[in-house]
Amino acid sequence: MGDVVLMQGNEACVEGALAAGMRLYAGYPITPSTEIAELSALRLPQEGGKFIQMEDEIASIACAIGASVAGVKSMTATSGPGFSLKQENLGYAVLAEIPLVVVDVQRMGPSTGMPTSPSQGDMMMARWGTHGDHPIIAICPSSVKETYDLTIRAFNLSEKYRTPVLLMMDELVGHLREGMELPDKEDITIVDRPTVKYPDPKRLPYHMKKGQLVPEMAPFGMGQRYNITGLIHDESGFPTNSIEEAEKMMNRLMHKISDNYEKIKDYVTENLEDADVVIFCYGGTARAAQTAMEMAREKGLKVGIFRPRTVWPFPEKELEELSRKVKRIVVAEHNYGQMLLEVQRVVKNNCIVGFVGKWNGGVITPQEILAKIEEA
Amino acid sequence: MVNRGDVKPKNKQMSNLVYKYMRPEHLPHIWCPGCGNGIIMRDVAQAIENLGLSRNNTIIVSGIGCSSRAAGYLDFNTIHTTHGRAIAFATGIKLANPSLEVIVIAGDGDISAIGGNHLIHAARRNIGITVVVMNNNIYGMTGGQYSPTTPKGAFGTTAPYGNLDRSFDIAGLAYGAGASFSARGSAYHVQQTINIIQEGIRHDGFSLIDVASVCPTYFGRKNKSGSAVDMLKWQRDNMIPAEKAEKMSPEELKGKLVLGILHQTQYTEFTYAYERLIKRLYEEREANE
Amino acid sequence: MNRQELRLAGSGGQGVILASVILAEAALISGRFTAQSQSYGPEARGGSCKAETLISDQPIGFTKVQNPTFLMALTQKSLDKYGPGVDENCLVLIDSALTAPEGMKAKTVVSLPILDTARNTVGRLQTANIVAVGCINELLGITDHESMSKAVLMHIPKGTDKLNMKALEEGTKLAKAWLEENKR
Repeated sequence: MGDVVLMQGNEACVEGALAAGMRLYAGYPITPSTEIAELSALRLPQEGGKFIQMEDEIASIACAIGASVAGVKSMTATSGPGFSLKQENLGYAVLAEIPLVVVDVQRMGPSTGMPTSPSQGDMMMARWGTHGDHPIIAICPSSVKETYDLTIRAFNLSEKYRTPVLLMMDELVGHLREGMELPDKEDITIVDRPTVKYPDPKRLPYHMKKGQLVPEMAPFGMGQRYNITGLIHDESGFPTNSIEEAEKMMNRLMHKISDNYEKIKDYVTENLEDADVVIFCYGGTARAAQTAMEMAREKGLKVGIFRPRTVWPFPEKELEELSRKVKRIVVAEHNYGQMLLEVQRVVKNNCIVGFVGKWNGGVITPQEILAKIEEA
Repeated sequence: MVNRGDVKPKNKQMSNLVYKYMRPEHLPHIWCPGCGNGIIMRDVAQAIENLGLSRNNTIIVSGIGCSSRAAGYLDFNTIHTTHGRAIAFATGIKLANPSLEVIVIAGDGDISAIGGNHLIHAARRNIGITVVVMNNNIYGMTGGQYSPTTPKGAFGTTAPYGNLDRSFDIAGLAYGAGASFSARGSAYHVQQTINIIQEGIRHDGFSLIDVASVCPTYFGRKNKSGSAVDMLKWQRDNMIPAEKAEKMSPEELKGKLVLGILHQTQYTEFTYAYERLIKRLYEEREANE
Repeated sequence: MNRQELRLAGSGGQGVILASVILAEAALISGRFTAQSQSYGPEARGGSCKAETLISDQPIGFTKVQNPTFLMALTQKSLDKYGPGVDENCLVLIDSALTAPEGMKAKTVVSLPILDTARNTVGRLQTANIVAVGCINELLGITDHESMSKAVLMHIPKGTDKLNMKALEEGTKLAKAWLEENKR
């Protein structure tokens, strides 16, 4: 076991990224994610990596994609307004299958909103923000330690599935300092993208051999010359207008995530054995939920927690099963009801769904969740 | 995908240059008859041939628009990115691996409207990439809307009464933003343009070559510029070599375009500066241990 | 004491956040759980600023202060804003230049010349936050002197060790003297 250090959530994101192998960060200053850029600027050159402050949010994600194409694990971080700006190129990375981690330390919006106030108002943008149908993986940490661990997981998933992964943080966790134990290097699992070992001129860059999850990737400059495009392409990497090829490609993109749902899903539960009421929460809100559950238990109420850490793909199978066993699910989130829609879609009439939301820049308190639990 | 290596083309109609540096299976290109882009793409290939660059080590980055199709036709590591963002993608590639030769091929709308911010900042940063602009003074792919380089008064589908905007001089813009190399070529002046692109690639720092293309289909028709040949003749008659232009007055240069390297200077290239920083930090750490 | 909820308030630039971070660091060094956070406006200097440190023997759920067991205010504005919200058991530390607002329920209000000590005894007004840390640790007994010194040294700029150690010392002395005088 390593040392226990006092660390901020945003710092843990950078340290986790470095541990995962991030060697290029491209970003643009924005509250409340700026510390991620600042620490990356300090730490990356120490590790032989590169930091670049780009001219805008769009350039930042574009630069990070470029670096990944050249074979370097890369990341960009932002907050709401910047996350809006990054959406087009996020879709590019999805379609062209470029591994990348995009961090959104959510703040209250819309528009400039309340820049230093917490929010989870970008959860649906994470899912649907870029145009066109596409799969996405999004992860929400609830503590500093989890931010470290899940940033590593975000990189690993992005490498494994050749897809951008979103780390959906919030101001509550991003600006929170707590003690965390730094793991020993040998205890960290690192996944690298499947890579072309030697150039083969006959190789089709988007062709998969049997049993492969994704096509092997060739870093630019290794001798495998090929084309990357944001147009729908066939296995050759060149644009196609064929309906059949487009269908094939779209299905492959969708299925590489949906078929591996069991491996990608990640959620934490507490006290579900006897629970009548379950709090559904994620990210920084989970801390109030934790305390609310403890308060409720002290009062003799049977309350549990269901907390997805991977929010997209949504853990619908597990939630559906749970909804058949409990009386009520209380959704707590810092928005007007975004994941609530997803919970309602999955739960249907299996049980009652309650909601504790906040969209005014304030913080949901344990008492507010408790009050909802006690409503019967 | 065909392994062509250095084997000679079987078809005598195909030049060695096309065979070696392009992807014949993806030709003919989609550009209209008379379009200047094909000439400029060939100029780039010839410059690469003259410099003896490795195909494996050379990266072509493009944005969106007519110009962007060049990436698909050229047989290098090619990446066709999003509209306006080619320079930003190229910056990531170059910074991740500075040993790569990164060439951006872009259009005038692509590079100076939606991508204008990336252009000026790459110039300021002096990152060692080469930007070749296929400047046809119009948005061709979308059907002839006026672009930032459409002359004032000229027509486009979105300028039915004549363009009210003033136009950008892209080479001048890059220079103003701090580019250490800015130049202008044209579709007509093939040999000069090849030389200029060569110099741009050789230049250690950010280089921009604004190459006047021709778009007979949209710009030409909208503005009664005549045939593609007439438009190329305009370039022949109205582009003044830089050395000659130096001796001419602003009045004499009115309505003309200056051809050649307009500005070249030397200051530290960005990725080199960054590698030096990494080395310095490493040495400081070693010294402290 | 199982759970301490510390709220530090002042004006941007006074180093209130850093003081709160140092207290969290000290708690961590002494083997306890801690959560530190802050809220602030857009101003880097002069705006109002609030920082919070939770210290507990148990893992911390909710990370925000709800019922402060301790409040420090370095400006009248911040005292007027947060003072009325505390209950009678909250220990309040204020700079001696400030006046406790009417209706503040706290039974114990410790008024110490924090800013004056930093300016005149330590010699730099900027060390007021470390003087405050010395006071707070003495009043609350968060950790021993050695651990607190360590925590301070981890977070101050290089080359200011001596100055800040003196500030910590002076802060400790201020609170010690107050405790002597107010022995029950």
